[in-house]
Amino acid sequence: MTSEKILLIDRNKCIRCFGCVAVCPVQALEYSKEGPKWIENRCTRCKICSNFCPVKAIRWA
Amino acid sequence: MIKIDKEVDVIIVGCGPAGSWCAKRLAEYGVNVIVLDRNEEIGTPVRCGEGFSKTIEERLNLKLPSFCIAQKIDGAFIYAPNGKFVEVKGFGYVLERKMFDKWLAIEASNAGAKILAKSYVYDLIKEKGKIAGIKANIVGEDMEIKGKIIVGADGVESMIAKKAGINTTCSPFLVDSGFEYELANIKLRDEKKLEIFLGNEVAPRGYVWIFPKGKNRANVGVGIVGSNEKGARYYLDKFIASREELRKGSIIEVKGGAIPVGGFLRDMVKENVLLVGDAAHQVNPIHGGGIGEAMTASEIAAKVIKKALDKNDSKVLKEYNTLWYKSRGNTLKKIEKLREIVEKLSDDQLNKLAEALEGEDIYDITHGNYLKLVKTLLKLGFKLAGF
Ligand SMILES: Cc1cc2nc3c(=O)[nH]c(=O)nc-3n(C[C@H](O)[C@H](O)[C@H](O)COP(=O)(O)OP(=O)(O)OC[C@H]3O[C@@H](n4cnc5c(N)ncnc54)[C@H](O)[C@@H]3O)c2cc1C
Ligand code: SF4
Ligand code: SF4
Repeated sequence: MTSEKILLIDRNKCIRCFGCVAVCPVQALEYSKEGPKWIENRCTRCKICSNFCPVKAIRWA
Repeated sequence: MIKIDKEVDVIIVGCGPAGSWCAKRLAEYGVNVIVLDRNEEIGTPVRCGEGFSKTIEERLNLKLPSFCIAQKIDGAFIYAPNGKFVEVKGFGYVLERKMFDKWLAIEASNAGAKILAKSYVYDLIKEKGKIAGIKANIVGEDMEIKGKIIVGADGVESMIAKKAGINTTCSPFLVDSGFEYELANIKLRDEKKLEIFLGNEVAPRGYVWIFPKGKNRANVGVGIVGSNEKGARYYLDKFIASREELRKGSIIEVKGGAIPVGGFLRDMVKENVLLVGDAAHQVNPIHGGGIGEAMTASEIAAKVIKKALDKNDSKVLKEYNTLWYKSRGNTLKKIEKLREIVEKLSDDQLNKLAEALEGEDIYDITHGNYLKLVKTLLKLGFKLAGF
């Protein structure tokens, strides 16, 4: 677990399908009208969301 | 503002096919029911290929108005990786889901249900350890509504399930990642046929679909295993780029989402909370169709909810599990097994399989007769784990 890694969502690529919210095992992604919202302190950095994203809008930095 | 009851019998979260149909049935039984959906317009955005079979229309005794139908379908072409295809008969529609979902909501409303768009449910009210209602932002106003029974019809991400303590998180292997364009000004082989393309190169553990919406318009999409490095869009763009008849088209809509393709929940009820539709993973694990499953389950759920209300006993809700498995779950579990067999086949094996199967066999197989598939595979000399 590399807790310094930050999840970034490219809002231009994102199609707001909220599939990432569905697959996150710890509810570290939440629905918001503008797109998925990341809750950093819940995230285990398992990368299930970024692997799932159909348009690869989720990046790690 | 319209009148909103602060206390109702049943609160349904989500106004997709599951929520609307459950509400319609409950309202017909005389139950006071309210449905909330976060979308500003019921039916939008669409996250669907819009395929719908005639069997379901008949099962539910639906009288689909013509404005919900984009195209009537009389069969499908299923392509093996080498391009050879099998023709399968089967009647159905490609819907205009925006209109379909809206129509269902209006039907539910006409039956007496209260439907609320732009109403995001963000929490559950708990009283003495029991779930007593919901907290929502209803067209901009924060409000609390109390209900005896809460239905999570809130789709694959089901926050209601999570908040109520029902674990519905999809394993990345049991969820497909879907991506789709609605393309216009394209050339179709036959607008009355769905086209399905199989192969590990085309769509790992899934398929590419062309679902016609008229003579020169179609949903062109892909579903692949939810743990793929390249992502669904990569595969779809590659497929489209390789086809002259699609490459020339225009993009009318972009859609996508998660499709649960297995991992059915043993228990879809927790105290007075019950899940229907994608929230309960009620989707066909082979083709990913979930509209009909959601509505079928809602029909069962509504009956059980009515009974629980009449007896004033939420324990009755557990009957929903048994009834759903008897009517749909056991069949869907067989289909899941079948998918597990098919997903292990190499492209070469898929080619051989396509040669050995007739259209009717494929129809039987996608409806749960997996012995037929196993027999054919064994006849072809394939080694199958577990058989
Ligand atoms: C790419 C793709 C292609 C598909 N193709 C097909 C197909 O061709 N045929 C087919 O039959 N099925 C298809 N499916 C599956 C089908 O779309 C679903 O099974 C179906 O929509 C399930 O209906 P539902 O009512 O359970 O959920 P949904 O239709 O997802 O409805 C859930 C509703 O709940 C609302 N909601 C969620 N959370 C909240 C909240 N907290 N507060 C308020 N509202 C909330 C959402 O806005 C949404 O409107 C496809 C799915 C995808 C992703
Ligand atoms: S899965 Fe990707 S496209 Fe879908 S909402 Fe999440 S980041 Fe956006
Ligand atoms: S990395 Fe894992 S825990 Fe973090 S948001 Fe993504 S899915 Fe959730």
